[in-house]
Amino acid sequence: MSGAEFVPLSLPPIAIGTCAAIACALPGNFLLLRRQALIGDAISHVVLPGIVVAFILTGVISTWPMMIGAAGAALIAVLLIEGIRRLGRIEPGAAMGVVFTTMFAGGVLLLEQTDTSSVHLDVEHALYGNLESLIWLDATGWASLLDPLALAGLPPELPRMALVLVLTGLFIAIFWRALKISTFDEGFAQSVGITTTPLGLALVVVAAVAAVAAFDAVGSIIVIAMFICPPAAARMMTNRLERQIAWSVGFAALSAILGYVLAGYGPLWLGLYDAVSAAGMIATVSGVILAVAARFGPCRTRAGAPAGV
Amino acid sequence: MLDLICEDGTTFTENSLAQSPLAIRGLTVTYGQKPAVFSVDMTVQPGEMTAIIGPNGAGKSTMLKAALGVIPSVSGRVQVFGKPLPSQRARVAYVPQRASVDWDFPTRVIDVVLMGLYRQVGLLGRIRGQHRASALDCLTRVGMADFADRQIGQLSGGQQQRVFLARALAQNADLYLLDEPFAGVDAATEKAIITVLKSLRAEGKTVVVVHHDLATVAEYFDNVFLINTRKVAEGPVETTFNSVTLQAAYGGRLAATQVEQLNQITG
Repeated sequence: MSGAEFVPLSLPPIAIGTCAAIACALPGNFLLLRRQALIGDAISHVVLPGIVVAFILTGVISTWPMMIGAAGAALIAVLLIEGIRRLGRIEPGAAMGVVFTTMFAGGVLLLEQTDTSSVHLDVEHALYGNLESLIWLDATGWASLLDPLALAGLPPELPRMALVLVLTGLFIAIFWRALKISTFDEGFAQSVGITTTPLGLALVVVAAVAAVAAFDAVGSIIVIAMFICPPAAARMMTNRLERQIAWSVGFAALSAILGYVLAGYGPLWLGLYDAVSAAGMIATVSGVILAVAARFGPCRTRAGAPAGV
Repeated sequence: MLDLICEDGTTFTENSLAQSPLAIRGLTVTYGQKPAVFSVDMTVQPGEMTAIIGPNGAGKSTMLKAALGVIPSVSGRVQVFGKPLPSQRARVAYVPQRASVDWDFPTRVIDVVLMGLYRQVGLLGRIRGQHRASALDCLTRVGMADFADRQIGQLSGGQQQRVFLARALAQNADLYLLDEPFAGVDAATEKAIITVLKSLRAEGKTVVVVHHDLATVAEYFDNVFLINTRKVAEGPVETTFNSVTLQAAYGGRLAATQVEQLNQITG
């Protein structure tokens, strides 16, 4: 494959997919350890009413109003989940289940009751995104990576997703120690003066921002898979949080790159003509990595000794 | 000078509050509509070991957590060394119940002890050799230095409890609050823990322990605080730990045979 074909057609989607996968996997590590991994699933469902409301208010399908609507809906959902969890004293999974099914149903109802159903706002777009369409027509080959004129024509999803990845990484780097302590032992964290409730909310908001940005670029399937599969597989590779984060980043990037290549070229290798969905293949690869880690990972058994020994 | 009138009718001047490492006034905590701790006063004596005892569900742990702000309280005032808690956090070390955390968490023993240095190292400060050395010292004091690089899930319950105590030692506090440190631990661990707590007392530190084993109260502690949602009694073990106060705290839940045994212990 030549650079003239690879750089404009495959490089941008692979880069965007990799950024999205890592941006979701990073907060996913902490959500997993806090038994809140479902929040990625919840967020990707609740953005639907936000997008529909944004469309109703503006009347157009354009990126920024829809992203703001999605972020608003995600924030409302996060606050509702926290509120129900704390006031109802129930486990987070139950609170999420109540909130995200209700808001998703509300979104579907809105979609059906307004004339949005006639425009291109459909389930397929929401699930799979449009990764393959994020091409870079100004590029002519590898040299374009150094050409400012050509770089200006990059799909806007790439700088946006890269920015979200940097913000997610910065949040985790800055609050690393506080996040680690409060995830392990919330009571102790509070006793040394860590404000655990705002910190936990901030983590979920960061996850929501990553989810909404990734949702816009690559669809909700990748969001759901990347919050859970790379961190869960990474947990089975090591017993140290620092290394778990590193493994999860590696697994997320591997899923995105391998998944895209397999989707685009795999069917051709098999003698078929059509490519399959890249988002679906990326999620599938992450699932296969999780399955392999669950079978062969060195730290896959719970190490905990029985209580009371 | 302001006098506070307490539940039992005694008065405390601001001065006596200032001398106590932990003074609680009118602390009330509710779960839903039901009070778990109701209008409790406590004045911990400096440089001594105090046991908080009472039946299951009497609000022992709840009182401790609410005093530390770990759970919200409806009302009450807490002073630590005569000042509000936020300004004194560096002088307080809290050891939660062992069962309150997930021991499958991906971290090593030494990392848990290093968490005790959070206030010293700060949010972004680097962990240096001196920090590791002091964390290892704390592990040595509880007899766990050989386990520094183990994953915490590989430890027995007693070893986990000792790691928690080492983390509190790393905080180098003046007031140590421990929630059920002897629950479900082996005899060797119990001995190791009480030895460390007594050495803390010898250094002039104050130790408060939520305790469940009535048989060891007189042997381990200087003072007792009996609670059953409300405060039942508070004072030195010799005068306050007897069948009358125990009966008042435990009610019918203390069998006649247990009372008999306790009479032998307490004289």
